[in-house]
Amino acid sequence: MSTSEDTPPSLYAAREPIFPKRVSGRFRNLKWAIMVVTLGIYYVTPWLRWDRGPQLPDQAVLVDLANRRFFFFWIEIWPHEFYFVAGLLIMAGIGLFLFTSALGRVWCGYTCPQTVWTDLFILVERWIEGDRNARIRLLRQKWDARKVRLRVTKWITWMLIAVATGGAWVFYFSDAPTLFVDLFTLNAHAAAYTTVALLTATTFVFGGLMREQVCIYACPWPRIQAAMMDEDTITVAYRDWRGEPRGKHRKGAARAAATTHAADKTAFAMPEDEVQTQQQLGDCIDCNACVNVCPMGIDIRDGQQLECITCALCIDACDEVMDKIGKPRGLIGYMALTDEEHERSGQPRIPVWKHIFRARTIMYTALWAAVGVGLVVALFIRPDLSITVAPVRNPVYVTMSDGTIRNTYDVRLRNKYGEDRPYAISITSPAALVVEAEGSEDGTVIVPADSTKLQRVYVMAPPDSPAASRAVTDLTIWVQDTVSNERASKDTVFNGRAE
Amino acid sequence: MSKTHKDPHDKQDVQTTGHSWDGIEEYDNPMPRWWLYTFYATIVWGIGYTIAFPAWPMISGATSGLLGFSTRGDLVADLERAQAANAEINERLVSVALTEIPDDPDLNQYAVNKGAAVYRTFCSQCHGSGAAGVQAAGYPNLLDDDWLWGGTVEEIHYTISHGIRNEDDIDARYSEMPVYGEILSDEEIEQVAHYAYTLNGRDPLDADMAAAGEETFLYECAACHMEDGSGNSDLGAPALNDAIWLYGGDYETIVETVTYSRYGVMPPWQNRLTEADIAAVATYVHQLGGGVTEE
Repeated sequence: MSTSEDTPPSLYAAREPIFPKRVSGRFRNLKWAIMVVTLGIYYVTPWLRWDRGPQLPDQAVLVDLANRRFFFFWIEIWPHEFYFVAGLLIMAGIGLFLFTSALGRVWCGYTCPQTVWTDLFILVERWIEGDRNARIRLLRQKWDARKVRLRVTKWITWMLIAVATGGAWVFYFSDAPTLFVDLFTLNAHAAAYTTVALLTATTFVFGGLMREQVCIYACPWPRIQAAMMDEDTITVAYRDWRGEPRGKHRKGAARAAATTHAADKTAFAMPEDEVQTQQQLGDCIDCNACVNVCPMGIDIRDGQQLECITCALCIDACDEVMDKIGKPRGLIGYMALTDEEHERSGQPRIPVWKHIFRARTIMYTALWAAVGVGLVVALFIRPDLSITVAPVRNPVYVTMSDGTIRNTYDVRLRNKYGEDRPYAISITSPAALVVEAEGSEDGTVIVPADSTKLQRVYVMAPPDSPAASRAVTDLTIWVQDTVSNERASKDTVFNGRAE
Repeated sequence: MSKTHKDPHDKQDVQTTGHSWDGIEEYDNPMPRWWLYTFYATIVWGIGYTIAFPAWPMISGATSGLLGFSTRGDLVADLERAQAANAEINERLVSVALTEIPDDPDLNQYAVNKGAAVYRTFCSQCHGSGAAGVQAAGYPNLLDDDWLWGGTVEEIHYTISHGIRNEDDIDARYSEMPVYGEILSDEEIEQVAHYAYTLNGRDPLDADMAAAGEETFLYECAACHMEDGSGNSDLGAPALNDAIWLYGGDYETIVETVTYSRYGVMPPWQNRLTEADIAAVATYVHQLGGGVTEE
């Protein structure tokens, strides 16, 4: 069809495999600690118990979709209180803005589930297949029994982690111990199995196969983050003014370069021109340690890049090398753009707190705190008893046989206690009106534990009373919990014959 | 710096479509592979779909598809599932005495909700979606405490089951007010209408006429409507001494009612609704606000 000349270049870029090398250091230790904590929270939380009385679930954190309740330790959220969830999401959003403007992609590098699970999967890979060089060899070699054994072992281990991840998720939505048994005895709902299967697949594919491609191609957050960062944002950078020109160091070169006497130089038996070169070389010995440990497969020495999740592993790798060759640490380190300018011109660095405390971060913190305080206040002032009143408008009023005018109201009574409560219904009005509740002799109705009851309430104006003939009379419907004596009310109106 | 990206657009010999607008040329790049394969996959899927599901129009109807799926069949299955799920509580609804349903909160809740659905489907056409009836047409208001045939839940249940003045059910509620236009003179009708007008305590429109009508009322009407006009629900005779008028309480309407009589009808529902449906809708109507409880 087409000749080689008019064949357009391919737009497809195949993934280049990445083999992150094992590294140790303070940031690596921090990441291990965060991994243990975050995974621990994720897997353990559904199993925590919290006593709420006999009629409510005893799971500490539970999203009860069937009954439309969200339980979080001592807090219970009803559907009409969804603003708490919305508020938490807003706080999460502003929190990300805050951390990004202060510390760059610190969320991506340390706590994002994609990063944490990928880290875990790479750890498993290294345990089974060996470190970087062994893994590269394994990739290149032919498929023999050993390669099959290692690969299959790795995939099975990944799959077990993936199943545990997907499995843990569904425990947040149902009683964990019951569901655990049901899952294994094939008694659980199909939705549970579908969810487990779906999350198992995404965990396996994202953590095992796609890894950094999720961050580079799929995740929108890195694109947004660029707008959050400025010249004061502390991020991972390479001090090229210290490191360049990079080159291999010879033993003793440092000392040779430091010596001024030509005789001494000869004593080290190094040719004059090489000494010159060594004198001009920067601290970077081009050992590629920073590149080899990078889970994103980039070279931090190229400067800030879209792919960089600022996981700081390159800092650990480089510090280790600097220690070995006797150079100061920090060739790669956390710094802001303004630091770079200062260091280039020989000025001292700006203190870290000046980077952190600036108008932008203070504004984000204030916003974040304002939403948080608002939510906490709302949490404490929200009532355990509440009503809504919907006057029945079809018909507006009913004439009774003795000429009484009666209005009907659909009253929803909410009882957030874990036990049945008797609610007394009463009214206040400038007119002499009488109230009755359907199915109740004395105006008291039992509202079942943790539920809403729809109650028909009748309000009557005696025949020939002013309220019976007036178009509209003000009316307030009250409800009182006769156990706790809490009260709630709603204003509404009474409609007469409008003569 | 050192990293090089392969940018396909760096090559200047990219083929173009030959289209050119204001010097802007259109690249003739191939579709992305993932896009192309997805496209092919949808074609394969589409063909398979038309085989498995109803698709191709034929002369009468359409191909039914190998899986035998139909939305109607789906609905039928859904309904059967719902009925099976409610079988147990429906059984309870039928076996518990009507007067004892309110004592069981769950059963009562179910009966009221189910009854509301039955009501909306079968009753609201005449009695109105809010159950306020239609006075001009003589469809009774079900919200008030005035009942032609009795307002206890059992009486309501009987009325719903057998209906009123119909040929379809031998046990239908039945009564027949004479057509007084053929029995009384016009003057007597006017007099008795004036008298009936005052029974619920209203001032007479014409005191002489009203006084003159009392004798006729006691002779012709009191047998069913009672001497004080309080009516008799065993006979379906409405109370005339209260504030509620089925067809209207103004003088002209009363004259019309006496002259031509009224024969409102209601169909029997026992053959069209299940026992549970009738028990539920009787409970619902009884709890609309006017239900009578016998002590």
